[in-house]
Amino acid sequence: MAQELDRLIETPSQTAGPYVHIGCLPSFAGVEGVYPQDLAVTPFAQGAAGEIITITGSVYDGTGTPLCDAVLESWQADAQGLFAGQKGADEKVSGFCRFAADKDSGEFTLRTIKPAAVHGRNKQIFAPHIALWIVARGINIGLQTRIYFEDEDNHADPLLARIEQDHRRATLLAKKVSTGTYRFDIRLQGEGETVFLDL
Amino acid sequence: MREATALLPRRREMHPVAYYPEYKTSAVRSPSLPLLSMESTPSEEHGPCFGHSAIGSLDNNLITNYTQGKALALGERIRVHGQVLDENARAVPDTLIEIWQANAGGRYRHIKDTYFAPLDPNFGGCGRTLTDANGGYEFFTVRPGAYPWPNRANDWRPMHIHFSIFGHAFGQRLISQMYFEGDPLIELCPIVATVRKRSQLERLIAPLDMQNARSMDYLAYKFDIVLRGYRQTKFENKPQGM
Repeated sequence: MAQELDRLIETPSQTAGPYVHIGCLPSFAGVEGVYPQDLAVTPFAQGAAGEIITITGSVYDGTGTPLCDAVLESWQADAQGLFAGQKGADEKVSGFCRFAADKDSGEFTLRTIKPAAVHGRNKQIFAPHIALWIVARGINIGLQTRIYFEDEDNHADPLLARIEQDHRRATLLAKKVSTGTYRFDIRLQGEGETVFLDL
Repeated sequence: MREATALLPRRREMHPVAYYPEYKTSAVRSPSLPLLSMESTPSEEHGPCFGHSAIGSLDNNLITNYTQGKALALGERIRVHGQVLDENARAVPDTLIEIWQANAGGRYRHIKDTYFAPLDPNFGGCGRTLTDANGGYEFFTVRPGAYPWPNRANDWRPMHIHFSIFGHAFGQRLISQMYFEGDPLIELCPIVATVRKRSQLERLIAPLDMQNARSMDYLAYKFDIVLRGYRQTKFENKPQGM
C-alpha cells in the first residue's frame, strides 16, 4: 500500500430539475416577496464602459425542441478584459448574469457589454468570450460552453484551436444579426451539437 | 484578490452520467459527443462575488421568509447545516448557497407544478445564505414531502432539498440535491441513480444530527459540501477567496 493522498472528492451534481427557478429566479416561478429582487438579472450597471450587446438564442434538445425550462448563467470579463474583483476592473460590471429560457417559446436573451480578450497563464490570449453554464431537468451536471463572436478575431484562441473538427468551432460563435445584436443557439445533442467544455 | 490559479480537473467519474435510460428526459438532453477538456482558464478561475449586504436576515429561514415572519410554514421543522470545503479540505468562506424545495405535502410553488397536493399559503420554498469564515452555513425549513413525477408509470422523488453553490470560481459552480437518511424512496429513484458510484451517492444523504437538534423545536440534518479545489504549489496555498 502506498501512502494515502489527503484529498477530498467533489460532491456529485444532481439535476437542477424543472423547478430550479424557485431557488434561482423566484419571480419567474411566481414566488414573490421573499427577496426584493432576483439575483443577477443584469451583468452591468449604467455607465459601464464598452458596447452594449444583446444575444438571443434557444437551447434545443436532441429532437430539435427548444427547452422551456432551462436556466443559464453567464460570466465574463469587462471591456478591458478584466474580471470583477481584479485590479482596475470596471466597477460597473459584475460580469455575472442569470436568465431563463422563456416558459412558452424557450428563447433566452442576454443583454450585456461586449467583453474584451482575456490574458491567461503562459501568455495565452483568449478571444472575447462569455462563459455559459446551462442547467435544466434532464441535465445531470451543468453544461459549460462559451459564446465567442463571429465578428472578432478568433484565429489564435487556444480553446477554439483545441476543437478537432473544424465545422464544430462554429457552434461557439455568436452570429451577428445587426449592430449590437447576436444569435447564439445551443444544441444539446445530435446534428450541430454544441461543443461543451470540461475546464 | 488572489491571482488566478488553475482549478483541479473535474473528476467526472465522481458525478452522474449524462445519459441514464431510466431518467427518461436525459435521453434527449445529454450531449452525445465528448466534452472538450483542457486546463482551466481565467474565465473558470474567477467568479462572481456576493456581499453580505445582498442577503436579508430571513433569507435562510424558509419557515418564515415567505410571510416575512408573519406566519409559520406547515411541516416538520428542521435545521439543515454543514460546511463547504474544497478538494484540498480548505474552508470556502463567504460563498452563496441557495436552496429550493417542495412544501411538506410535496408541492412546489411554481407555475409549472400541477400536482394536486395543496400549496401552503405560508411557504415559498426558497432560501439563501453565505457561508461564514469557516465555510459553515445553516438553514431553517420544513422537511419537504416526497411526490410523484412523470417518468416511469409510478416514480416518486424521495424527500430532497435542491442546493446551488457558487464557490469563488465559475468553474466550481455546482447544483445538487440533499436527501434524508432513512428515506426508502432514495433506492428507487432514477435521478439519484444517475450517480453510479455508491460512495458518491451516499454523500448526498444527510444524516439525522440529534446533537444539533433543539428540544421541542426542530430536528437537524448535517450536509457537508465539497467543491473543486485549486492546484496547489508552494506559492499558491493561500486560503480560498483571499
